[in-house]
Amino acid sequence: MISLQRSYRDVPKKVIGLLILALGLQIIMHYQLPKPRTEIQALTPPPKQALLRLVSLGDRVVSAKILMLWLQAYDNQAGQFISYDKLNYTALQQWLEQILQLDPKSQYPLLAASHLYSTVQDPDKQRKMLEFVYEQFFIDPQRRWPWLAHATVLAKHQLKDLPLALKYAQAIAAHANSSMPRWAQEMQIFILEEMGELERARLVIGGMLKSGQLTDPNEIKFLNDKLLALEKKSAKRKIHQPN
Amino acid sequence: MRQIFTLAALVTTEALRTRFFAVILVLLLIGFGLTLFLEQVTLIETVAYQSSLLAAFLRLSAVYVVSLFVIASMVHEFHDHSIYLWLSLPMQRSHYFLGKFSGFAIVACMTAILFGAALLGEIPYQQVGLWTLSLFCELLIITALSLLCVLTFPQTVQAFSVVLGFYILARSISAMQLMAQGPLSASQSYVDQLINLLIKLLAMLLPNLERFTQSEWLVYHTGYLDNVLEIVVQTIIYVMLLIGMSLFDLYRKNL
Repeated sequence: MISLQRSYRDVPKKVIGLLILALGLQIIMHYQLPKPRTEIQALTPPPKQALLRLVSLGDRVVSAKILMLWLQAYDNQAGQFISYDKLNYTALQQWLEQILQLDPKSQYPLLAASHLYSTVQDPDKQRKMLEFVYEQFFIDPQRRWPWLAHATVLAKHQLKDLPLALKYAQAIAAHANSSMPRWAQEMQIFILEEMGELERARLVIGGMLKSGQLTDPNEIKFLNDKLLALEKKSAKRKIHQPN
Repeated sequence: MRQIFTLAALVTTEALRTRFFAVILVLLLIGFGLTLFLEQVTLIETVAYQSSLLAAFLRLSAVYVVSLFVIASMVHEFHDHSIYLWLSLPMQRSHYFLGKFSGFAIVACMTAILFGAALLGEIPYQQVGLWTLSLFCELLIITALSLLCVLTFPQTVQAFSVVLGFYILARSISAMQLMAQGPLSASQSYVDQLINLLIKLLAMLLPNLERFTQSEWLVYHTGYLDNVLEIVVQTIIYVMLLIGMSLFDLYRKNL
């Protein structure tokens, strides 16, 4: 095919001149244009679910995954990394909720809420994300408990809000199933102990032992030991308490 | 029948000579590049993200290349007047059409198989099989529609625009119906009622492509034979309708 083409010398000089001129003008034009904007765009609330479904062209799972990746990369704008603190957390929560509605089986939005967006220093924003995980947990407790378990740890150790941690731990225990590990159900015992609610902790352990659901001897021994330790602690406290 | 096979073989040869499958290969390479990129950016559910986005990319690419191939091939046939040559032979117009359609269907089938094979790495083969069969059904509808459009508007831009419009409508008609059942249905104005009626009419006439080739099957393994049976029945009915319309148009054409 190439041999069938005529020589470059057959191209009129005016055409070559036009080509060079146009290329030069294009390069000049490029440098005249304003530089790409580096302003950080605020995260706006998401569109309605019906509109998201319409633009999904029937494949909601794919839309959810694309939106999640876009949201995850939102802190990296125009080559700058912005802190999660600067994001609008109300809009962020709405986006995560819409994504979960598009693909309810996906765990990604809950991972993002409990592991990424809850790492900010602002306690209000942290609480917003933890509350989001808590609310979403009830929709599908069997799949979503690991994220609420992580939220419990964050509430206890980072926010130092033991009643909040207890609320989350109790929600997990209330929706316990055979696939859930024991430690997730036992979290409330340690939180109650730390809160000084020794009687309540003992009652929880007693309830667990009496339920007959425990089969592992080590588990039963551990809980019995814990019960004894709590009883001792409780008795000690009673002795030291002024009448 | 022999005439139909000959024409079908010629279309397949044309696909090979015009390097149609080289485009398929390039698309597969881009798809693999996309999956490698996704591996870097996802924190969990990496395989789910890779398979769903690769499947969506391959599905759209398949519709795009197959439709464009059908339209470009037929426009070329009109421009170089080979259609007149074929029709001057002792051959029925229906045989000519079915020969062409069969050839394009073979190309669509090969495309679906190649794209389906690309998904086999991490996903159970049963789900990939259902997805591939569904993609083939979707491509058959697109092939028949592209033929109808190119016979009606023998220009690439017009024909492809109609196919694209049809495809977008067919994939979003369920969502449009849901939207219409919301605030629109409560309104009593004539315009709203007319729009509602139009959407209902469109939903009745369009195949529901939303139910075809779902990424969810690959991600959550939720595809069942029942899904595909429904898709196959819908494809047979709709392809018959499109072939009927195309033949009606072809027989009326003063060629």
